Formats: sequence, structure tokens, C-alpha cells
Amino acid sequence: MSRTEVTFTVNGKERSAHVPPRMTLVDCLRDEMGLTGTHIGCEQGACGACSILLDGEPVRSCLIFAVQVEGQEITTVEGLAADDGSLSPLQEAFWDHHGLQCGYCTPGILIAATALLAHNPAPDEAQIREAIDGNLCRCTGYQQIVEAVADAATRARGQGND
Amino acid sequence: MKPAPFEYHRASDLADALRLLDAGSDEVEHKVIAGGQTLVPLMAMRLTRPALLIDLNRVTELNGIGHEGDCLRIGAMTRQGHVEASDLVRENLPLMAKALAHVGHVQTRNRGTVGGSLVHGDASAEIPLVAVVLGARLNIAAHEVSRVIEAGDFYEGPMMTAIEEIEILTSVDFPQVQGRIGTSFQEVAPRHGDFALVSAAVQVVLDDNGKCTTARIGVGGCGLTPLRLADSEAALVAGKIDAAVAAVDAAIDPEDTPQASAAYRRRIAPELVRRALEDAIAEATI
Repeated sequence: MSRTEVTFTVNGKERSAHVPPRMTLVDCLRDEMGLTGTHIGCEQGACGACSILLDGEPVRSCLIFAVQVEGQEITTVEGLAADDGSLSPLQEAFWDHHGLQCGYCTPGILIAATALLAHNPAPDEAQIREAIDGNLCRCTGYQQIVEAVADAATRARGQGND
Repeated sequence: MKPAPFEYHRASDLADALRLLDAGSDEVEHKVIAGGQTLVPLMAMRLTRPALLIDLNRVTELNGIGHEGDCLRIGAMTRQGHVEASDLVRENLPLMAKALAHVGHVQTRNRGTVGGSLVHGDASAEIPLVAVVLGARLNIAAHEVSRVIEAGDFYEGPMMTAIEEIEILTSVDFPQVQGRIGTSFQEVAPRHGDFALVSAAVQVVLDDNGKCTTARIGVGGCGLTPLRLADSEAALVAGKIDAAVAAVDAAIDPEDTPQASAAYRRRIAPELVRRALEDAIAEATI
């Protein structure tokens, strides 16, 4: 099968891979680039586990072929923490509020919530729920996830005011 | 759940895409990909197996929102999320902005396109319903020719449209109306963002006395295509809102599906139309 070289930026670093056109972006990230933080759930756009940021906006990486993102910028869950490994305020809030149980949906929800807070630093509960309504969680229910996102927003605003 | 192998071409412009599309055949299918939010799952399930995939995502001439004559034109490759957030759309095409809030989720709207949804032609999809209700015109191109088709003539059946395999939808034009406008989009779905069981879209124009002079009423999920309800529109313009609601039942032909029975759809369609009419009239009256 023919392979094509594709080059794009992942978490701030330029990466290349030789991929067959039919390889989805999530398979490329996981299997070719070793970034297994992004999860594969349904492979048909229903579950949201594979959410990543494409040029800053959340999309489903199982519904994009790797060859399509030539030259674009991608952020995966691995790119949310600081370079020294310290968690982002959102990740800290998920820790504190027990916003995960098995963790399968967590990378996708962190990506969705990161995008929400980038656009809207003070979301209300309805806006938080809308932002994650394309992400399925089968363990905790969504209550603690919503509380974690709300708390992360509060903390970020608090820091800005100090 | 992996697509069959295919060759990939990133189209540089519309002419490039049309030329390659024209070179396909029944045996060697050439297909364009827009946002891919429906096509990629269909390919993963092997329900379609194109030999060549022509990517429109870098064709910038298909992207954008702007006035064109007395219409608001939306390029076929404009992302649904971009349209939803556009001030131009909120001011000049409020029914579309309201409908888009029901289309999938943030992640799919960031990638999915207006043109992709129009051409896929799901009978319960929101964007085709808005196009039919507002009398939109679809601008369609093929290699070295182009044509315009009314949205009302475009839908022929479930996921069947008048577009030919060698054609690409380039943009859609929504006629602009003047006056006191009210719009409403109502929908029943199992969960927010799911495919609608039934949806209702309404746009009314009132005169200075509060009388309805123009009504556009339609429902989705109630037949093989999005339906515009001419009898309901005539009743509303005659000042008879109850008659407009009562006329829904005779105009629809819903089917039983695993998600909802025809009887259920028949029960909720008139109610959604009533809510949409009252909501739109109230908005225009403020």
C-alpha cells in the first residue's frame, strides 16, 4: 500500500510520519508517534475519546486522516501539562474533584474543557455541559467532571485577579 | 473499523478538484471529502470505498460567508461552528444560527461543513431543513459547467439528492427578507446533539400592525426529505394559527424507525410546529 510523508506540529514539536492515506490521525498519533494519551473508543465519531486540538479547536481525531493535517498544529492530552510535568490547573482540578474513574474518556474531556476555558474563562454549568456533551463517560456520571471544570475556571480567574 | 485503502489528493483549488472528480468512473470511484464527519464513519464501516479521495479542506474559495446580491452566501466548506458563531449569520440568518446549536457537538461542528450536511441529505438533519424552509439556492459546479438548483428541488429521498457524482456544491444562497422577522427552531432528540426524531423550523415576517405577511414553516424527520408545509404557511398568513397547526398532520408522512414510531412523530410534529410558531411570532413582536 502506498505511503505518504506527512509533517505537522504536535505539542509544539514538528513531527513526520510515513502513513497510508487511510490511517486516521488518532492511529498516527498513537502508533506512529507513540502518543498513546489520546484514546480510541468508537472509531466512528460518537464517543469523543479521541478529541484533540487542531489549530486550537477541539475535533475528533478518528474522523480525520493523518494525511489531511499537513502543516497544521495539533495538541494532544500530553501537551496540556507543563514541560516539567506539572499538571495544568484543569488537570489539578480533575485530580482534586475525582473527575475520573477508569480514565478512558478523560483525555478527550480534558481537551474539550481546555478549549472551552480558552474561549470562555467563566462558563456556567449549562455551558460546561454543552462543551462536553460530545464526550461519553461510562463510570462517574458527569457531576464531578462538571465540578472540576467549574473549579478550574474559578481558580484561573482567581490567579488572574491576584 | 478501518477504511478500505484509497489514494489521496489534496485539491489546490476548485478546478483541480472538479477535474479529478470528472476522471472517476463506476469502477474507479473518485469522491470528495469535506469535513468527513459522516463520510469517514461510512468509509470505516466500508459502506463506501472510494478509490480516490479528493480533499477539499484546502480549497479556500469554497470557504466564507458574505452578502451576494440580495442573498447571504455561505461557502460549502465553511465549518458549521464558524457559521454558528458568525455575527453576519446571527443578524441576517438567525434561523440557521439557532438550528446549528442542535447539530452534533462542538467537536463535530468544528470540522463538519454546511455543504457536507446539505449534500449528505439526511431527512432529519437540521441544515437541509433550514435550506428547504428558507428557499435557499444551491450553487453546483462540474468540470467547466455550473448550475443552480432550489433546495426544495434538491432532495429526492433519504440521503438522495439531485447532485451528480461529478458535481461539487460550491455555496448556498439564502434570500434575505426585510421587516420584523421572527424565527424559531424546535427539536425532539433522545439527547442533545443526537439525530432529531422530529424538528420544526419557522420564519415569520410581521407588518407594522403585527399581522403575519410571510410565513415559512417546515419539519424534519417526518418524511423521506425535509418538508415545507405550504398549507400551514397559508393558514398562518390568513391569521389562523390553530389551522396552521392542524394542517401539519395531512402534510407529513413519517415512518416507523427503531428510534421512534410514525405515530409518535405524528403526535409531536404539530406540537413542535405550534411551539415554533408561537416562539417566532413572539420574537417578531418584541
